[in-house]
Amino acid sequence: MGTLGYIARKVGAALLTLVFVMALNFFLFRIAGDPISQLTRSARLTPADQEALREDLGICQPPPGEARCSVIGHAATFPAYLRETLTGNFGVSVQSGDKVTTLIAERFWRTLLLLGLGTVFAIVIGILIGIRGAWKRGSFFDKSTLYGSMTLYSMPEGWLGMLLILLFGSLLAIFPSSGFQSPGNLSGFDQVADIANHLFLPVLVLTLGYIGEYAIVMRASLLEMMGEDFVQTARAKGVPDRLVRRNHAVPNAILPTFTLVFLSFGFVVGGAIIVESVFSYPGLGQLTYQAINTQDYPVLQAVFLISSAAVILFNLLADILYGHLDPRIRSA
Amino acid sequence: MTDVLELKDLRITYQTQGGGVPAVRGVDLTVRKGEVIGLAGESGCGKSTIAAAVLRLLPNDTTVEGDIVLEGEDIMSLSPSKLRAVRWTGASIIFQGAQHSLNPVQRVGEQIAEAIVVHGQAREREAMVRVGSLFEQVGLPPRRKDAYPHELSGGQKQRVMIAMALACQPSLVIADEPTTALDVMVQAQVLRLLKQLQRDLELSMIFITHDLSVLVEVSDRLAIMYAGRIIEEGPAEQVFHTPKHPYTTALAAAFPEIGDRRFRGNPTGLGGDPPDPQHIPTGCSFHPRCALRFDDCVTHDPGLFDAGPGRRAACLLVSGAHAGSADGAAT
Amino acid sequence: MDTSTTPTTEVLDEPRLPTKTPSARRITWLRRRRALAGYWRAYKRNKQGMIGLVLLLIIIALALLAPFLFDKAQIGVSTSTGERLAAPSSSNWLGTDKFGRDIVAMLAYGARISLLVGLAATIGTMAIGAVVGITAGYAGGKTDTFLNFLTNCFLVIPWIPLAIVLVALMGRGVWNIILVIAITSWAGTARLVRAQALTVKERTYVERARALGAGDWHLVSRHVLPNVFPVLFSNMVLAVSLAILSETTLALLGLGDPNTVSWGTMIGDSFEAGAIVAGYWWWIIPPGLCLIAVTLSFTMCGYALDEILNPKLRQR
Repeated sequence: MGTLGYIARKVGAALLTLVFVMALNFFLFRIAGDPISQLTRSARLTPADQEALREDLGICQPPPGEARCSVIGHAATFPAYLRETLTGNFGVSVQSGDKVTTLIAERFWRTLLLLGLGTVFAIVIGILIGIRGAWKRGSFFDKSTLYGSMTLYSMPEGWLGMLLILLFGSLLAIFPSSGFQSPGNLSGFDQVADIANHLFLPVLVLTLGYIGEYAIVMRASLLEMMGEDFVQTARAKGVPDRLVRRNHAVPNAILPTFTLVFLSFGFVVGGAIIVESVFSYPGLGQLTYQAINTQDYPVLQAVFLISSAAVILFNLLADILYGHLDPRIRSA
Repeated sequence: MTDVLELKDLRITYQTQGGGVPAVRGVDLTVRKGEVIGLAGESGCGKSTIAAAVLRLLPNDTTVEGDIVLEGEDIMSLSPSKLRAVRWTGASIIFQGAQHSLNPVQRVGEQIAEAIVVHGQAREREAMVRVGSLFEQVGLPPRRKDAYPHELSGGQKQRVMIAMALACQPSLVIADEPTTALDVMVQAQVLRLLKQLQRDLELSMIFITHDLSVLVEVSDRLAIMYAGRIIEEGPAEQVFHTPKHPYTTALAAAFPEIGDRRFRGNPTGLGGDPPDPQHIPTGCSFHPRCALRFDDCVTHDPGLFDAGPGRRAACLLVSGAHAGSADGAAT
Repeated sequence: MDTSTTPTTEVLDEPRLPTKTPSARRITWLRRRRALAGYWRAYKRNKQGMIGLVLLLIIIALALLAPFLFDKAQIGVSTSTGERLAAPSSSNWLGTDKFGRDIVAMLAYGARISLLVGLAATIGTMAIGAVVGITAGYAGGKTDTFLNFLTNCFLVIPWIPLAIVLVALMGRGVWNIILVIAITSWAGTARLVRAQALTVKERTYVERARALGAGDWHLVSRHVLPNVFPVLFSNMVLAVSLAILSETTLALLGLGDPNTVSWGTMIGDSFEAGAIVAGYWWWIIPPGLCLIAVTLSFTMCGYALDEILNPKLRQR
């Protein structure tokens, strides 16, 4: 038992989930829709090209005289699918002709940067607002942030992005409203400043999109904790309010908030796709947006797999961190 | 002997959505140095409220009138920082339900050391050493100070609470139903521990419980509360064995001492429920449940009358204005 | 024991039942009705909940009255008569879109589709979630292990990529979109319901009913469902906001139903038509404000209901 057992259990569960996602992906893209026949609808592929693609990805070859593979025929290709997927072979983008793996590799870190910054800001600021609101319950700060949080929570991120572009990009022309960096060769500090400038609005939208939810949950959780007996005990001991909050109320209140943060990570990934589309930010989200509009199935299935895998990995890390924060979990 | 705690005409009213709820309605109580006062009564009679009031732990909107003087300091008028300094050094509380009174995500040792450090009595490391010896005092292996609350049994947690209450060598220890949530066997152990600690450290204590048979073993004097007031007080043995107030009689009967002939074959329970604090009966607040009630009880609110040396009781039968005696209630 | 009447033992608002013993069913019904009335009294005291409710009623009225207020032809791509991309004026209060459709009329008709998507997708979400959750919690054993695993998988899989894939495979009809939202969002509900079903199952009266020979369906419908319902209901109201926002997200990605007008597709269309760069603010801002209003109203109602129906969260 103990910490190691806990981690092992979590890793096992994550691996199982990953297997499920791969099976789902296989089902959706191979059985529900034959990728090659989908491709031939949207792009021109010679029979020889089709043959080569089926060969490369290990996709079922329809028996002579038939247009499609049977379910059993498809199912037999599952090992081949696993092999190709695990070695990172997702085929070729219909739209650009580039290898999907290359397309994803060059965009992945940009999305990670956007997502990382947005999430960290949303969590940190949201939690701080929630703490302050709960501690000064009923104050002007509490009321205004609570209603502000609920409004932000109710706002579609994409629309918020459009609004900010309208305001800061078009009307005031303060921040660039699209892209990752300006054309031309910048280097050193200038390049960093330029990228930061481009990141400002997308990160702001992502942060604002999730701050409200985190603030609301943190506030509710802290309010609940403040009625707990152990907080009373701490006060009775003569611990100053500041320390009662820091050492007792907050560490306990943050646990439910943490659970929510994990669960919402899948949504944040979705939010990033929208935000990238709106801001023409050259990451995975924009790639997805383009793939939707060009029916680029190889790209879509790769994005689905990779984003799912990323969320599973993040959840695993978060679970381990949670176990570190809550001693009751470790020995459970 | 000097007074550690003095309550003078203490009145406490909680604010709820339905208006004010008087929980304590004029209580005078004195705790002398080295003395153990047993405070008894049914749930809702205000005994735990008094415990919280001594450290000013009640919700902010609660109205507290009267005087609370702890070690010569007027608790009611202390500044927030002075108040914090008095908490746990002037008086500490062994809370009921150790289960919830300990922070679940902090090691128990740290929770005790925190009190020592906050009051500047020692630095972190020395404080932990002191926690170790406190653990020995309460009969816990010192290495258990690194445990989290969920790793300890109910009895162990209660011992941790006791160690915590002793951490800053307070002038007064208030034990608020310290054994309620425990198994009978564990209850006995914890009681024995508290009694022994009290004797060894010459603690001044207020011991709160509804179980009179427990109180009589640990207390020097008893104060019985009903509906927010003390209705009888005096030396523990006398109050328990020869109660003057019919309510005390009933309360003592509810927890018969094993081997006491008086109770054999005659279990006398107390019918009815404690009064709703928002609708306290007229006259003597106990009259609707009193077997010895007569007409005057409905209209006359008895104060505490002298009832023998060092004894007082709030019953018209004791006042002497009426014939008969409440002693009859016991037989 | 002889007690003179004390005010405490009198419970005044307890309606006296007729002396003839009423049927168990009637008692249950009376008790439910009384409980409902109590909930409504508590709800009325909740300021936030009342604001949300009033806002919601206004939006529902707008949706219902749309055909009486505006000519449906005004929102058809080919039938609209307005000038294209006209700025707000006295004839088109909020201007027109790129097909010359009146924005105000689109908002009114769009309310219907947005509410439809929100409510239908939520019903689907709740149905799947309740069935999975109750089955898992009630059946236990291997069934539970499997369903619990499935639930956890769907909790983790990011919903937009999955929804994109499903919509791309199934097509962009409004009912497909509703189905996809339900398929991608039932897991949270299932988890909540399962936990609740588990605690209900443990309670003694369920054990007793089982000992008396009550069948599975009886137990689920009489004991598990009524106890799960409060959790389900407040969760449901909150889920409507999420479903409406989900439709908007899909529409922005170009996966909205091209043949209907909803607040989501209005935003999606404006984005696709480059309304940001061109500065057609009247096309972008109003549907977003409407979306905020409707999600905010459902959220406020949902929080209020949660406080009332799930007393654990009630303020002490």
